[in-house]
Amino acid sequence: MLALAEQVKGRFQGDPSFEYNLAEMNAEAAASLIQSGKEPVMKEEARLTATIELIDRAVGIVPRGAFVKTPLGTVHENRHFEGLSLAEAKKLSSYFHFTDPVNLKNKTLLEKADLDPSTDFLDSLEHDIPRGSWSIQLEKAGTVVVLRSLLWLGLTFYHVPMTKQFGYIYFGTGEKNLDLPFML
Amino acid sequence: SGPNSPHAALPPQRAPGPAPWEYQDVSEPHQNPPKRRATGRCPAGPCSGTGPVSVTGPRSAPGAPGTGHGMDQSPELEPSQESEGAEPQEVDERGHGPYQPHEPGYGLEQPGYNPYEDEIPDPQARMLAIKNAKAYLLKTSTKSGLNLYDHFANILTKILDEQPPNTVDIIENISKDVKWAQFRKKMDTLRDEPLIPPTFEAAQKCKALFVKEGGEEEHEGVEEEMGRPALPNVMEAAFYFEQAGIGLNKDESYYIFLALKNLIRVQPIQTCRFWGKILGLEMNYIIAEVQLREGEEEEETEEREETIAEGEKETGEAGEEEEKKEAEPPKSTYKPPPPIPKEPNGTGTNKYVYFVCNEPGKPWVKLPPVTPAQIVCARKIKKFFTGWLDAPVVSFPPFPGKEANYLRAQIARISAGTHVSPTGFYQFGDEEEEEEEGGGDTYEENAEFEPPPVAEMVESLATWAHHVKGILKQGRCVWINPVQKSEENDEEDEEEEEEEEEEQQEEKGPPLLTLISEDEDIPAWTTQASTNLIPEYSVAILRSNRWPGAYAFASRGKFENIYFGWGHKYSPESYTPELPPPAEVEFPSAPEITETVDPSVEEEMAFKMAQEEALAEGEEEEDEEEEDD
Repeated sequence: MLALAEQVKGRFQGDPSFEYNLAEMNAEAAASLIQSGKEPVMKEEARLTATIELIDRAVGIVPRGAFVKTPLGTVHENRHFEGLSLAEAKKLSSYFHFTDPVNLKNKTLLEKADLDPSTDFLDSLEHDIPRGSWSIQLEKAGTVVVLRSLLWLGLTFYHVPMTKQFGYIYFGTGEKNLDLPFML
Repeated sequence: SGPNSPHAALPPQRAPGPAPWEYQDVSEPHQNPPKRRATGRCPAGPCSGTGPVSVTGPRSAPGAPGTGHGMDQSPELEPSQESEGAEPQEVDERGHGPYQPHEPGYGLEQPGYNPYEDEIPDPQARMLAIKNAKAYLLKTSTKSGLNLYDHFANILTKILDEQPPNTVDIIENISKDVKWAQFRKKMDTLRDEPLIPPTFEAAQKCKALFVKEGGEEEHEGVEEEMGRPALPNVMEAAFYFEQAGIGLNKDESYYIFLALKNLIRVQPIQTCRFWGKILGLEMNYIIAEVQLREGEEEEETEEREETIAEGEKETGEAGEEEEKKEAEPPKSTYKPPPPIPKEPNGTGTNKYVYFVCNEPGKPWVKLPPVTPAQIVCARKIKKFFTGWLDAPVVSFPPFPGKEANYLRAQIARISAGTHVSPTGFYQFGDEEEEEEEGGGDTYEENAEFEPPPVAEMVESLATWAHHVKGILKQGRCVWINPVQKSEENDEEDEEEEEEEEEEQQEEKGPPLLTLISEDEDIPAWTTQASTNLIPEYSVAILRSNRWPGAYAFASRGKFENIYFGWGHKYSPESYTPELPPPAEVEFPSAPEITETVDPSVEEEMAFKMAQEEALAEGEEEEDEEEEDD
């Protein structure tokens, strides 16, 4: 469903029951749907759910150390997280994607030796493709660090250094910015 | 003498007062017979310092040291010993004085070392074990100067104070933190230079905003201006936009307010407006839309014209010099199309002057006026702003200018596309519109404007109108025929050619003050009332779909436009960069320049023969003619 939703282009209508005609966009999927007896349409609510999931997976980020992995493999919130220091907060490598890691195993053994398995078990933002797809700024007289994603325009992540506060939010049109490589 | 012997001077290691074991003796089942009294007498010979050896004589054999600590002391010898012995008398019901280190009995009166320990009950042993353990814990680490005892005490204090849940899971971290805290305190031996946190520096900059100028001068100035005050009420607009969920936080709005006040003080400004904020990769831009007072603008244009004239003269001279040189390679006859002149300040795209700053508190920078070439190019590229005004814009087609120019071009496009006002708020000054200029450029506020109710403004887009002229394809608001420029050229031939070749149709854009309901494409605007629950105080909000980030609100005669965004237009299709121009056409092949194969020897010979025959025939004919004559 996610792959299908990625193909639907254009703005959201605002009506959860609006139906997108899939025949125009993806003939194969439409055909497969017809065969299984359903209509080749996708409802906007499905597209909305899929979009939320895509955004979370692609650009949902957390600061390093906010979550720890126990030896049993479960991931917990680190209640002893005191926040990043100001120097760390300005670096992209101190933020991780909060999804299953993809790049970790590709690291060289030397790099892996420096990692702390309890906190460094996620992908860092440093190696995101394309490079420069995050804008990192200090706001409010340097007390808040704000990261904005350029791939999904409208995703904003904030963190107050030396405190436990962080979070991300999305305000936007719900469309991926495929023009990113041209814009950088 | 009893336990409270007047001569009892306790050894330094004992606490003053009766030694602890005395109380224990009271509760112990195995109590030594109370007959025992303090004596300073030592059974062994060499135990005393001042030779009371003789004293011990009558009691026991002088050469019999350590013959048991005779529990029985004869009371009559005490006084003599007490008087003689310089040793401290001590209350020791076991009956022996403090042993000096060199004596074999040293340390034996400590609980646990007593040879009669098996008779001593368990709490004593436990006490000893406790004391041993405590001594071990109190051992100071050679590396860090801490000791385990204090560290544990601190940890427990911290835990009991804070009482975090699931402490056992985070105990190591707590320990680390306590150690960390310890070290911080201990580093104060030398005063470090106080690190200035960046917040302090930023606050210094903002402090400049809060300075109030001399009061009297300002008051006079304000009274003189009869018209609307130049400073816009940013907070009021922020309040209305907040109803729609748009805007910056209050602190930032207020800083911008103060920064605008500074701008007005420094520059000669007639009207000023907070245009919006454009986000960039490294820094953001805060933009103010301003109309300068009339005198100031003219000076600038004069300066520009002078510099341009000088530039032309220089190129003219250079051209003459080149012509004087001989044997020049043929000059290309290509003349680039004449640049379209930019609109004069105060009209069209350059109607307003824009000032930008990265953050309120930083100095305002004036953006240069925009040229049509820049607008045309800006339409073809899509680039993020970095936040540095002098950054180059690397793109194809190459953008003629730096980021400041690109920013100005985007601002012009956004203004032209999204600045709207309620219909009827502005009206044309003169009713006779001049058709040459494509509609009046000036408008003024309608004094008799009656704001339609908010519900109507939300439902129908006909209640809103653009008050900024749209930009034509040419990049200007007013179309200009570039052919007119060629009058300055000396060669008239070219003039005629150009007129024939370039048939540019006069572009007509939508006239000023068109209703926005006539915008095409995907619904260009989305309307919304700020609240459905309280209709009497709701505000009509307009969101642009073409330029995501452009908003407008209207409420009972008040309206405002603003932009918060990245500065790019929305297009449903992906952006495709312009393709490079096609390769130049080669010179058309015509027979006269086509290469032919060189004639072979036989062909040459044949050709020569033919020529000779022709000559011979010709001569014969001439001979014949001559003969005829």
